[in-house]
Amino acid sequence: MDPAWDEFIITGEPFILAGQIAILVTTIGIIFILTYFKKWKWLWNEWITTPDHRKIGIMYIIASLLMMIRAGVDAMMMRTQLAAPNMPFLGEAQHYNEIFTTHGTIMIIFVATPFLIGLMNVAVPLQIGARDVAFPFVNNLSFWTFFWGAMLFNISFVIGGAPDAGWSAYMPLASNDLSMGPGQNFYLLGLQISGIGTLATGINLVTTIIKMRAKGMTLMRMPMFTWTTLITSLIIIGSFPILTVALAMQTFDRLWDAAFFTLQDGGMPMMWVNLFWLWGHPEVYIVILPAFGIFSEIITTFARKRLFGYTSMVFAIAAISGLSFLVWVHHFFTMGAGPMVNSFFSISTMAIAVPTGVKIFNWLATLHRGRIRFNVPMVWALGFIPNFTIGGVTGVMLAMAAADYQYHNTYFLVSHFHYVLIAGTIFGCFAGTIYWWPKMFGVKLNERLGHWVFWLFMIGFNVTFFPQYFLGLDGMPRRIYTYFPEDGWFSLNFLSTVGAYMMGFAFVLLVYNMYYSYRYEKRETSGDAWGGRTLEWATSSAIPPHYNFAQIPEVKDQDAFWQMKQEGVDPNGVEEYQDVHMPNHSGNPFVMCVFMFIGGFGLVFHWWTIGIIGALGIFACMIQRSFSRDDGHIVSAEEVRKEEAEIREGQANENG
Amino acid sequence: MRMDNKIDPKELEDFPDEERPLEYQTETGSLNIFGFWMFLGAEIVLFSALFGTYFVLIFRTDSSVLPTELFDMGLVLAMTFTLLTSSFTSGLAINEMRLGNARRMMIWIGITLVLGLGFLGMEIYEFVEFASEGATLATSAFWSAFFLLLGTHGVHVAMGVAWFIIILIQIKMRGLNPVTANKTFIASLYWHFLDVIWIFIFTGVYLLRLVIA
Ligand code: HEM
Ligand SMILES: [Cu+2]
Repeated sequence: MDPAWDEFIITGEPFILAGQIAILVTTIGIIFILTYFKKWKWLWNEWITTPDHRKIGIMYIIASLLMMIRAGVDAMMMRTQLAAPNMPFLGEAQHYNEIFTTHGTIMIIFVATPFLIGLMNVAVPLQIGARDVAFPFVNNLSFWTFFWGAMLFNISFVIGGAPDAGWSAYMPLASNDLSMGPGQNFYLLGLQISGIGTLATGINLVTTIIKMRAKGMTLMRMPMFTWTTLITSLIIIGSFPILTVALAMQTFDRLWDAAFFTLQDGGMPMMWVNLFWLWGHPEVYIVILPAFGIFSEIITTFARKRLFGYTSMVFAIAAISGLSFLVWVHHFFTMGAGPMVNSFFSISTMAIAVPTGVKIFNWLATLHRGRIRFNVPMVWALGFIPNFTIGGVTGVMLAMAAADYQYHNTYFLVSHFHYVLIAGTIFGCFAGTIYWWPKMFGVKLNERLGHWVFWLFMIGFNVTFFPQYFLGLDGMPRRIYTYFPEDGWFSLNFLSTVGAYMMGFAFVLLVYNMYYSYRYEKRETSGDAWGGRTLEWATSSAIPPHYNFAQIPEVKDQDAFWQMKQEGVDPNGVEEYQDVHMPNHSGNPFVMCVFMFIGGFGLVFHWWTIGIIGALGIFACMIQRSFSRDDGHIVSAEEVRKEEAEIREGQANENG
Repeated sequence: MRMDNKIDPKELEDFPDEERPLEYQTETGSLNIFGFWMFLGAEIVLFSALFGTYFVLIFRTDSSVLPTELFDMGLVLAMTFTLLTSSFTSGLAINEMRLGNARRMMIWIGITLVLGLGFLGMEIYEFVEFASEGATLATSAFWSAFFLLLGTHGVHVAMGVAWFIIILIQIKMRGLNPVTANKTFIASLYWHFLDVIWIFIFTGVYLLRLVIA
């Protein structure tokens, strides 16, 4: 397949043309601004090459927000198309197929997962009293694999054509016969590249949490977000290699005529479905468990109470993580596995509701008799509990194999997973971002705007998705691009579209709030913005110094910082400063990932030379890294002392 | 750098912890080893998925040439013997490293390398042979699974060889110190792991064919 040059860039589609123009204008704009303000060096030295976990976390969050805009525009277009019967808005089915495919893939792989990884990067090293993650170089590499993998996936809609086989890319739909053109190749290679980084992050965080906790922080004293991060990372290690293999097999089928999934050569399309969900179901827990952790942190902080049932929480997450590998068949009960198999997976799926229920009751019990403050992060957490529960209850309905024959692939399912993914993961991402915003930028987000965002988003969310349960029960299938007036689905669909616009507006308001607060909100002076309980709030300044803690605090309690405050211990009252060992900057990961992008791009179009150039570039970077002598650098005790003194002086001035 | 026997004493001064083996002496070093074990965990999952695929597709040869017609057990035995021996010699290299004999250690790594290359040579010969008999990645589902499983293992071995070469050069340049010792130790872990995978391939792919059609 060698596309002619005039087919290479997609032409003749008004929306894609608009996209192309937008990309061009934004790119030129960014280049202009960076050049005009002479920021290129700053960008390279301070951000692109940084080993600092907090900055890497911020980059993850910004990139995920940008991806959320992209996938959100997809969502708006779909909802507009479905607002009324026989809508001419998107023209044809093909276009709609591409949009729901990119929407789903981006939301899961390039929004939910990296957003949470970003928050882990920001908070976890601070929560365990570490100066950075175990492998800062790899951390930077992970970010850039995600970024360039996402870029490779995203350029598909302007160059070559977007994938159109759904985010689950079932074979043979995703094969060369039924998905012609390079679109599906973009999916395969984009996900492969970013998957490497996710796996590396998993390994990195497990090592960090197991090996680098502050003195006195036993496993059972770890903050709940750290616990969920640990377990999530283990799930990543256990599941992402399966995705790697599945993607590789489909890539081989498409690029080199292998026959893994091709029926006529003995292949099995069901292999793909099994492998995909063997990764896919654990993946949905990868994106929900950290959100559970975030809500646990927020609820304890704003209820000003110790977490109820800490131990049972830990066991619940561990149980969920184990079960998450035993339920994958529930995604295809209808594909004829037989009653025994379906019954087993039906029961294992329902079993997951038990530990999840334990967690819900623990949160409720934590709230009970707490002195609750209704700050914005807390409002999101309180909104999460009932909304997520609706998603969980409908999940159990879906888990009944016999009944699932009715619900499967209808809007009932669509509504279920949006209730868990939005009310769980996305609420969690927003809540976590708002909660740790002062840690990242030294300023809180405006609370008035914040409450508006919450209510608009939460109501819009229910207006969008609650009607979809009924549409599903009424037989409306998912992934259809239009319907007829006789179907009787118009009014609920219209309502759903209205809700979607509300959510879209709320999201814009949230982004505006970030800008507004940066300009106008009061700067934080202390490290403890919310009256926190865990170590990330114990830093000497609002934005922690780059070494995090001048002296690693000693942990005596599960709510380490809370206990220090009770006993009047100042974690920053250091008597004798010590040298601090910090990692070095490196541009190697960025360059390596650019080569991954180049190589991947070559493979998409069967341009083997470019593929080989990419591979050689990657190897060159690895060899360079192996030979470089990088032992990090020492920040001397004197420098640390000076920096801490400056921080204290600044605070004294502020407080007058 | 003194290459003949002991560790460079200047380097050792920075790492006075005599209790622990060289490769564990820096904090980064011990983190690397722990992280690498986690990575091996992921590799186990990866190969499990490949083996799973292979066993599911084991009879799906379509109308193509059958594995029983092609498998050459003599060659496979030679490959097995070569790789197992190389695992042993890499262990000897680590033993010499612990004793501080940089030179002997490098010799054992060199032998490991030669054996690894020998294994790769035989595997490439085998694949070319199969291809000439009409069994390629595109022939049938079974052969796709076969080549993906063995190919992934083979690529891992090739990476291991390249890795050992790079490490040898570094020991030559910088001597045996906690950093190079750490790298050698991790590379040898990797090498042993590939050996274990091969044992599964040997039994699950080749020996199994002697008892099933
Ligand atoms: C009580 C817990 C849960 C149960 C019992 C449950 C059950 C199910 C079942 C049975 C299906 C398949 C339905 C069908 O295709 O007909 C499903 C689909 C799905 N679930 Fe859940 N679920 C639960 C929680 C979650 C969570 C926490 C998430 C993610 C945060 C999630 C995300 C999804 C997604 C994305 C799909 C659909 C994937 C697709 O087909 O594209 N679920 N769930
Ligand atoms: Cu599932």
